Amino acid sequence: MSNSKHPTSPHMQIYRLPLTALLSITHRITGVILALGCIVLVWILAAAANSAVYYQAMVPHLQSWYGQVFLLGFIFSLYLHFCNGVRHLFWDVGYGFELETVDLTAKLAIAVAIIMTVATWAVAGIG
Amino acid sequence: MAEFTLPANSVVKQGKLLEAPEGSTNIRRFIVYRYDPDSGENPRTDTYEVDLDSCGPMVLDALLKIKDQMDSTLSLRRSCREGICGSCSMNIDGANTLACTQSIAAIKGDVRVYPLPHQPVIKDLVSDLTNFYAQYASIEPWMKTDTATPPDRERLQSREDREKLDGLYECILCACCSTSCPSYWWNSERYLGPAALLNAYRWIVDSRDEATGERLDELEDPFKLYRCHTIMNCTKVCPKGLNPAKAIAETKKLLVQRKM
Repeated sequence: MSNSKHPTSPHMQIYRLPLTALLSITHRITGVILALGCIVLVWILAAAANSAVYYQAMVPHLQSWYGQVFLLGFIFSLYLHFCNGVRHLFWDVGYGFELETVDLTAKLAIAVAIIMTVATWAVAGIG
Repeated sequence: MAEFTLPANSVVKQGKLLEAPEGSTNIRRFIVYRYDPDSGENPRTDTYEVDLDSCGPMVLDALLKIKDQMDSTLSLRRSCREGICGSCSMNIDGANTLACTQSIAAIKGDVRVYPLPHQPVIKDLVSDLTNFYAQYASIEPWMKTDTATPPDRERLQSREDREKLDGLYECILCACCSTSCPSYWWNSERYLGPAALLNAYRWIVDSRDEATGERLDELEDPFKLYRCHTIMNCTKVCPKGLNPAKAIAETKKLLVQRKM
C-alpha cells in the first residue's frame, strides 16, 4: 500500500477507540512496564542481598517522588495486566465475546485493579 | 512496520465552508473528507451546512442532499440504502458504519465523515478495497468436496448444523470491521482481518464442506490469523451485528483442539 500514489485515509487521527480497544493497548503498555520494572525489582533484591549498607543507600531512592511513582505505577500495571489477562484466558476458551460482556469485564478489570492497588498501597504503608 | 502518522501526501488540510440557504432553521454541520486525485493537492475537509428540516433521517440522506444540491463533485458509493449491500461503509463520528443505517439524530454536534480508515483513497469517500477483496478470495469462499454429490438430491444438512452458520453467512463484506481494526491497519498485507477470517470460519464449520483440515492449515500462520488481539473494534462496528472476534477465537480453538 505504501507504494501507492493514493493518499492513506486517516486512522488513529480520527478513530474514536472504544473502551475495549483502549484497554487492549493499555494491556500491551502495562506488559512493557512490567518487563522493564523487573530490572528495578532485581536491583532491589540484589541490594538487599548484598549488604545493609548497600540497601540503606537504595532506600532513599524508593522513598523519593520518582521511586514512589514507579512503585505505584508498577503495582497498578501488575494488577491491571493480571485482571485483563484473566479476560484473555476466558476469551481463549471461547467465552465472553458478547458486546455487553466485553464492556462489563473491561470495567470490572479496571475497577478491581484500582481497588487492589489502593489496598496494596495501604497495607504496604502500614507495614 | 506500523506507521502511526499519515504520510506527507495524506495529511488532511482545512477545506471550504458551504453555508445552508437563507432561512434554514435546523442546520447541522457535516465535515466531510475530500480528495481530488486530479488536483495533485492533499486531502481536505469541506464543511457543509445542511438544513435537516428538508433532509431524510440518515447520514446517507444528508450526503446525497449535499451531492444533489450543494456540491456535485462529492463522490461516494451507495446502492441499496437499507443496510444490505454494504456499499456506503465509511467512518462517521469516529466509528465505521453504513451511512444508510446511521441516523443523524444519534450523533451529537458536527457530523464528521471520513472514508474507511487506513485505506488508499481513490476519491473523497471512495477507498480502494482491492486488497480486502483479494483477502476474501484467498480463503476460497466456496464449498469444497471430495465425495460425489448424491445423484438424487442436494447435500443435506441437519437443522443443528445449519444453525452453526447463523451469525456468519449474513456478512455483507462492507469492510467496516477490517478497517476498524488497528492490527489490520498495521499489517493489512499479511493479516487477513476480521471479515475474511469470519468468512473462513463460515466454511470451516459448514458440515457439508470437506476441506476443513486444509482450511485450518492455511490459517495456521503468525500473521494471517494470529494478529488478532481481541481488540473488539470489529464486533463493535459490524452493522449486521455479527461477531468476527468470536469467529476468530473459535478458529484458534479448533487449531489447538486438533493437536490434542
